[in-house]
This record gives sequence, structure tokens and C-alpha cells, in this order.
Amino acid sequence: MNDNLLFDFNVDKTAKTVYITREFNATLALVWDAFTKAELLDQWVAPAPMRAKTKYMDFEVGGRRFYAMISPEGQERWSVQEFIAITPKTNFKMYNAFSDKDENRELPGSDWDYNFSEENGVTKVHITIYNESFERLEKLLEGFKIGFTMTLKNLEDLLAS
Amino acid sequence: MKQDIFQAIADPTRRAILTLIAIQALTPNAMAEKFDMTRQAVSKHIKVLHECELIKPEHSGREIYYHFNAKKMQEFDHWLAQFRQNWETQFNQLDQLLTTIKEQK
Repeated sequence: MNDNLLFDFNVDKTAKTVYITREFNATLALVWDAFTKAELLDQWVAPAPMRAKTKYMDFEVGGRRFYAMISPEGQERWSVQEFIAITPKTNFKMYNAFSDKDENRELPGSDWDYNFSEENGVTKVHITIYNESFERLEKLLEGFKIGFTMTLKNLEDLLAS
Repeated sequence: MKQDIFQAIADPTRRAILTLIAIQALTPNAMAEKFDMTRQAVSKHIKVLHECELIKPEHSGREIYYHFNAKKMQEFDHWLAQFRQNWETQFNQLDQLLTTIKEQK
């Protein structure tokens, strides 16, 4: 990984908002695709050993992405993203909510705002996540915890052997 | 219903109460006096803060003193650190994916 690439993560607890900024060593067109095309998203959004599976994705205003995070044990956590606004290669906004496997949403969800810009071949992505409640935000990590626990378990096993 | 820590911290009065009792434990009456609020209004805020475990009551004779529960705030910060780590992992995976795609071209 390139250590010169910016990574900012800020939480405004009082505004219930998370701000994330990250630079990528790639063109805007490529980074935009990585954030907006299901076949690319599924390759990176789930931190290993979790994996992501998109059932369908209509990347258009009013369209949805219906996807699951899957644990190594096969446990699935489904979510629905609804696209609220899209300005190609500049910005998109979505409303993210957890759901059951039949796409029934558990409201309320959270508001996500993505901004993209390129300078000298480096693309900067700003993400703003607004959550009405911390409990909701906490759930975002729920699925990943399985992964974390497993990694730690692996390490323990390794150290024990 | 259990109170949400985000909701608890989002309120300016409750933040002020937390700031104050982080320095010194206070009784509800003392809080009402400091903030020029009714005892009822203070009780409501105490209830919210107590339910999400940001403050702890301690009985001293007939009085109840509320203390700041720093541990709960640390738990919250620890959780956020995990959330951050999670994003870092995802983005590192994306770095790899972008490199792979660029090499294929």
C-alpha cells in the first residue's frame, strides 16, 4: 500500500456523523466504477474473511442495491441501498438500511454521501455517514465482528502451536 | 427502551452536565441549581444519561451523587476505533483491486 495516500476518519458524536476521506492511486473513472459497479464492489467492500454478495444493483436514482455480507461460517447480513441522487463521477447519495433476506427493510437506516475528485492521477473520496442512532451505526460493524474475532482466534492458535 | 448513546450525547444540556460531573460528582439538586433548571427537567436528563451508562449514581447518606462513567465513553471510543480499522481494511483491499485492474489494462 502507498503510505502517502491520505486516510482521514472523523466522528462528530454530537452531529451523529462520520466523515471519511481516502485517496486512491488511480483515475477518477476507475475509482468511480469501484464504488458503483456491483462486480467490483463485491471484490473489496467486505473485509476478509468476510465476503460481499450483491443480488442485484440498479445504479440509478430511485434504484437499489440489494446485497449481503457473508461470514466464513456462511452467516448472511442483508442490506438495501437506495440511490437518492447521482452526479456521474462526482457524487452519489444513498440511503442504507439493513433488511431480511427478502428485502424487507429495518428502518430507520443511515444517509450516505460520496464525493469524488481527481488531482494528478490521485482520486480523493469523501464519505459522510449520518446515523440517527448509535445503535444503527453499531450494527454496521456487527457483521464484521465475526471476522475480527476469527482473525484473533487464528492468531491465538498460531501463537499456541 | 434502552437509551442510545448518540442521542444522549447529541443534546447540549446533557453534554454540559457530563462536562460538569466529569470534574465533580453532583446531586440532582446541585445540577438543577447550576443549570438553572427545574428538578424535573434535570431528572429527565439524568434518566437518559444513566440508561446509557454514561453516569453512575452513588448514595451518600440520603443524597444521590452522579459520577461520570469514563469507562463507558472509552468503550464508545474503542468501538469507533474498530469501525475505523474496518474501513482501513476495506480501503486496503480496494487499493489491491485497483492495482490489479490497472495491471490488466
